[in-house]
Amino acid sequence: MRQHLLTVLILLPLLGVLVSVGYSFAPSRQDFHYKWIALAVTTFTFALSLLLVGGVGAAEFRFEENVNWIGAIGARYHLGVDGISLWLVVLTTLLMPIAILSSWTSIAKRQLSYYVFLLLLESAMIGVFVSLDLLLFYLFFEASLVPMFFLIGIWGGERRIYAAIKFFIYTAVGSLLMLVGIIALYFIYGTFDYAAILAAMSAQTTLLSPNAEFWLFLAFAFAFCIKVPLFPLHTWLPDAHTEAPTAGSVILAGVLLKMGTYGLLRFNLGLFPSMSRQFAWIMITLAVIGIIYGALLAMVQPDVKRLVAYSSVSHMGFVVLGLFSFTEFGMQGALYQMLNHGVSTGALFLFVGFIYERRHTRLITDFGGLATPMPWFSTLFVFASLSSIGLPFLNGFVGEFLIMLGAWTSNAIQHPWIVTMLAATGVIWAAVYMLWMLQRVVFGKTNPTNATLPDLNAREIGLLLPLLILMLVMGVFPRPFLDRSKASVEAVRARVAAPPTGGSFAGNSSRVLRVAP
Amino acid sequence: MGPQLSWYLALSAILFTIGVVGVIIRRNVIAMFMCIELMLNAVNLTFVAFSSFFQDVTGQLFVFIVMTVAAAEAAVGLGIIIAIFRNRESLDVDEASVMKL
Amino acid sequence: MENNLLSFIIFAPLAGAVINWFVGRRLRNEKIIGFIACASVGISTIIAFYLALKSNGALRSTESIFDHLWTWIQVGRFRADFALAMDRLSGTYALFVTFVGFMIHLFAVGYMHGDRGFYRFFAFLNLFMFAMLTLILADNFLLMFVGWEGVGLCSYLLIGYYTDRKEAGNAAKKAFITNRVGDWGFVLGLMLVFYLTGSISFFEKPEHGVISALQAFAGMGVDPFTWKSLFAGGATSVAVLLFIGAVGKSAQIPLYVWLPDAMAGPTPVSALIHAATMVTAGVYMIVRCSAIYTHAPTAMFIVAVIGAATAIFAATIGLAQNDIKKVLAYSTVSQLGYMFLACGVGAFAAAIFHVITHAFFKALLFLGSGSVIHGMHHEQDMRRMGGLRKYMPITFATMLTGWLAISGIPIFAGFFSKDEILWKTWSAGEFSLPSPLWSKALWFVGAITALLTAVYMTRMMIMTFWGSERFREQDVDHQLEGDAAPAPHSVHEPHESPWVMTVPLIALAVLSTVGGFIGVPYALGSLFSDHPVSYIDQVLEPVLSHVPAGVPHSERAHAVDEMQWLSPKPQQLDGAPAVHALEGPAASAERAHSPEEIRQERFLAMVSVLIAALGIGVGWLIFQKRPLLQMPRILENKYYVDEIYDATIIKPIEVVSREGLWKLFDVGVIDGFLHSLGDAVTEGGRMVRHLQGGFVRSYAAIILIGALALIGLFAYFGAHTLGLAR
Repeated sequence: MRQHLLTVLILLPLLGVLVSVGYSFAPSRQDFHYKWIALAVTTFTFALSLLLVGGVGAAEFRFEENVNWIGAIGARYHLGVDGISLWLVVLTTLLMPIAILSSWTSIAKRQLSYYVFLLLLESAMIGVFVSLDLLLFYLFFEASLVPMFFLIGIWGGERRIYAAIKFFIYTAVGSLLMLVGIIALYFIYGTFDYAAILAAMSAQTTLLSPNAEFWLFLAFAFAFCIKVPLFPLHTWLPDAHTEAPTAGSVILAGVLLKMGTYGLLRFNLGLFPSMSRQFAWIMITLAVIGIIYGALLAMVQPDVKRLVAYSSVSHMGFVVLGLFSFTEFGMQGALYQMLNHGVSTGALFLFVGFIYERRHTRLITDFGGLATPMPWFSTLFVFASLSSIGLPFLNGFVGEFLIMLGAWTSNAIQHPWIVTMLAATGVIWAAVYMLWMLQRVVFGKTNPTNATLPDLNAREIGLLLPLLILMLVMGVFPRPFLDRSKASVEAVRARVAAPPTGGSFAGNSSRVLRVAP
Repeated sequence: MGPQLSWYLALSAILFTIGVVGVIIRRNVIAMFMCIELMLNAVNLTFVAFSSFFQDVTGQLFVFIVMTVAAAEAAVGLGIIIAIFRNRESLDVDEASVMKL
Repeated sequence: MENNLLSFIIFAPLAGAVINWFVGRRLRNEKIIGFIACASVGISTIIAFYLALKSNGALRSTESIFDHLWTWIQVGRFRADFALAMDRLSGTYALFVTFVGFMIHLFAVGYMHGDRGFYRFFAFLNLFMFAMLTLILADNFLLMFVGWEGVGLCSYLLIGYYTDRKEAGNAAKKAFITNRVGDWGFVLGLMLVFYLTGSISFFEKPEHGVISALQAFAGMGVDPFTWKSLFAGGATSVAVLLFIGAVGKSAQIPLYVWLPDAMAGPTPVSALIHAATMVTAGVYMIVRCSAIYTHAPTAMFIVAVIGAATAIFAATIGLAQNDIKKVLAYSTVSQLGYMFLACGVGAFAAAIFHVITHAFFKALLFLGSGSVIHGMHHEQDMRRMGGLRKYMPITFATMLTGWLAISGIPIFAGFFSKDEILWKTWSAGEFSLPSPLWSKALWFVGAITALLTAVYMTRMMIMTFWGSERFREQDVDHQLEGDAAPAPHSVHEPHESPWVMTVPLIALAVLSTVGGFIGVPYALGSLFSDHPVSYIDQVLEPVLSHVPAGVPHSERAHAVDEMQWLSPKPQQLDGAPAVHALEGPAASAERAHSPEEIRQERFLAMVSVLIAALGIGVGWLIFQKRPLLQMPRILENKYYVDEIYDATIIKPIEVVSREGLWKLFDVGVIDGFLHSLGDAVTEGGRMVRHLQGGFVRSYAAIILIGALALIGLFAYFGAHTLGLAR
């Protein structure tokens, strides 16, 4: 069991799919049973994924499975988790039952397919984080796209079709480029196996030419930056987030965006350290622009959900900034910020979903004074917003602080303090847009139409509680999380921050980049 | 001196050409369908001829695959044809140029 | 075991907050909620006094009391503990914060009586005490920042306590965001501290392998007094960044705008957070970092100038306000300016002294105003008061002492601390000032501010307690300008407040009267005693850094001429003298008591007294006759600073974001580009779609042609490669 744990984690949701579909043929089926099946399966998956936590700590991959998959082209079924992917897997499995609970009453049509898509999505997401074979990774990466496409396209808001197609095309373009990169790597190294390629690079048996590395880096980075999303590739996100059903937004913000940053960390920094160093200033510049730009746009959105969506652009900018600082603070902080963002923004989308379900509008101006009719909602919403703002002793602060510290102490760029100062303004902006939104939604005079809104019920509070508790715990005791990822992050950092000759190509990387053949 | 390989190939080519011409010039969907079958069987003939010439059974194996495909195609194709006929009361392919009715 | 008591100081209020939040909301019993809230702060107070004043307590020995709870963040070299420390500075601070906090809690039980959110108010107030005490007792910058943000949060929650009032929400948001601007500087300063020293701890903790960042600074050379050093990434940069934080939290120019608005919160909140404790956090932080500031003369100069400017600026605005709490708010801003002026000239002990006395008399004044507002049934406009001394004798008497204290009448607390600051400014050396003239100029500004303070406080007292009983005049509403819709309010008989409110008033009044004797300067004390003791100096001097005396400018300016752009200076961690060891208490007490200086100091004290008396006299003469005298409009409108900020910063950012970035760039440019890309593809498809006519036989023909073409191609090239073609 333990040695096949990862496979079990991937297959369990699929089993749930089979059970659901099988149940749909039962003569006495009831539509509301599907969510129970989904909830049971995802909860069990979450419980199982906790078994991973104890086993991970060092830099190596644990719970590895490595068997032949498509022998003819050397593709292997190679799974494993290390400190980088561990918490992302757990985050995925944690958010899943919450997402299902959040759809409990809001999804009425086509329940079978809805929950089947959610379960398929979970499989794919876990697969993305634990695949160590590039082809397998690509497979899961793409597979996560399809269920989300349908979730947005069928159960979304008014402009759902537009949003779904935009989301799909944006992401597919990026990942196809990555596929090209993967195939190129296969022709250079003769394998799809991440570990094998990494070993060949580290041992300097096969070195990439700077030119090849340049294009490979770009291919991978493009795919991941769209997913993150990094400015200026972010415009799919507000539409997709806004139109998706609540559960979709939660998963999208909580997990799907992390695939981008995870990919940057695992593949771009891991496989192409020299080129990462050369691209650092571009990535950092875009990240800082994204931080400020996302925040400014969030500030002026009339739609609560769009506001939270743009705030994601800002927060994910922090993550990219941290990753490309090439310091332990920055990269650890970035990894931590991925989790924080999943928890905080996931929670914020849930809140938005709750009021949408009650009022069927997301316009800020339609609300106001919710504190009086909905005290629980208001209290918890303020709490989650504060976590998103980055109040110390809540989770957001630790990540953002470490990222900024990493940026300040970075050697990746010149004058890192300017970057840090700019990035730190993101913290001010966060307060501006969040508090402004809170003030217009929660405080003030109660709008008569809102005066009779029911407060959160037990289910809604119950599904929020894990996230809210996690916000506090992650803010006050971050070390259990950080310590587990320390060794793995340090391994990547050591490679990427090494002197120029220690990278993946032996060229002099201080030289100005030349692309000519 | 028995039949040469080239005789079989020539026959096959003739059959194939008849099939091609039939598909292009006939409007009746049944006739077109039969012409396609004719082309498939022309290929089968080639396979068998080569198989016998090279003393290699691989060709005959392919014939079986082709026959299976042809059978499946016939089943599906006839099904579609019946559906079209039900809807349009005509077997003229040119009248079925759009998928929607 | 004993050390664990330290953590009770902060956790008792936290426990109170949690209990009140979860249990109190169900109980809805004001007695129990009030008791829990007061008791939790009371526990803190008792423990703080015990730890500070017992034999070998924090204030009586040179050893600090440490309590290491857990290591909060540890990544690489960076380490932030959740660890508390009580040394002489934090001990002093904790004493008055807990005590004043307790008094205000007590007062609030009476003031908030009957409020719907009683439990919520006290939960927030207790949470504030937790955050404030964390700020004070933190043993490193990051934990201090936790408290720093925590008090900001509580301030936000409490200003916006009346959630259904729009202006309260606006004020709360404004306070938080303005503070965030300051926090920006604090965080960056903190990072630079870490970058330069590799530590963020205030204290040396060998058993945890933690070195003290402040000692590392103490071991560095003094930055040159140039503008360039601001951007050099040394002590001056750190000091200025941290000062930005202090400017935000302590409401100095240009970030002071939030404090007057913050008066939208309940009055006990104004007293506790926006007068006595939180707003002085900036002063505390600068004094805590005195080792950094004494190495950054440029930063100290900036601190002094901004402090003095804020003092006089806010005092002029205070002259013209009609809301009793607004007067006190601007007075607070002005007094905070004094404290920063003291920090800027290196008189750190004097700054803390003024913080303490100010906490007493300003808390008193705010609570007094709260009592008045309570008695007047939530009327805050002084134009509708008058003649209240008959109705509220205790409030009147106690506020009288507060008035005398803030005006600087001798023996009242404010006199000694303000006089100390003015004297230190007058006698400041050249370390942080470009020329000797500056010290006199700053003194002059301070003296004028003292005059204005006396005037506007007199005006406030007269408008409130003397004169005709304007609250009886129904038509007073029509006389008031600017009231768009005067609410038809019925006349309530003003009444004295219950004992829970008057007892804190009396206690604070006593302290406002005698509190100044803890810091009687030598020059004055020696008039009456052979061995005068300034307790405040005696306690604090050992933990403070001092500006190096007697180094002329011209020499220092060239000493470190070449500053590398943001490169850390070589760190002299080993062998650097400890801050404590710089000067013992004895040395400092004996320092600078030349007869000449003593004469000067006595003379200046005389001048101060005259100024205070003059201010009160002038105020009395002007406002006794005409309490409703129309003040200059520019002052009444606060120099239009809010409007200017709104027009030059807030609106442009909003408009550019909405119209420029969002609608034009995001939707127009990026999405527009993508859509045109999509449209191009669609158009292309539209063109080639004619190939797909839907005629099966044409498809077949195309296939045939294609196949023939392919065959032809193969035949042609195959023939070429096989060499068959000629």
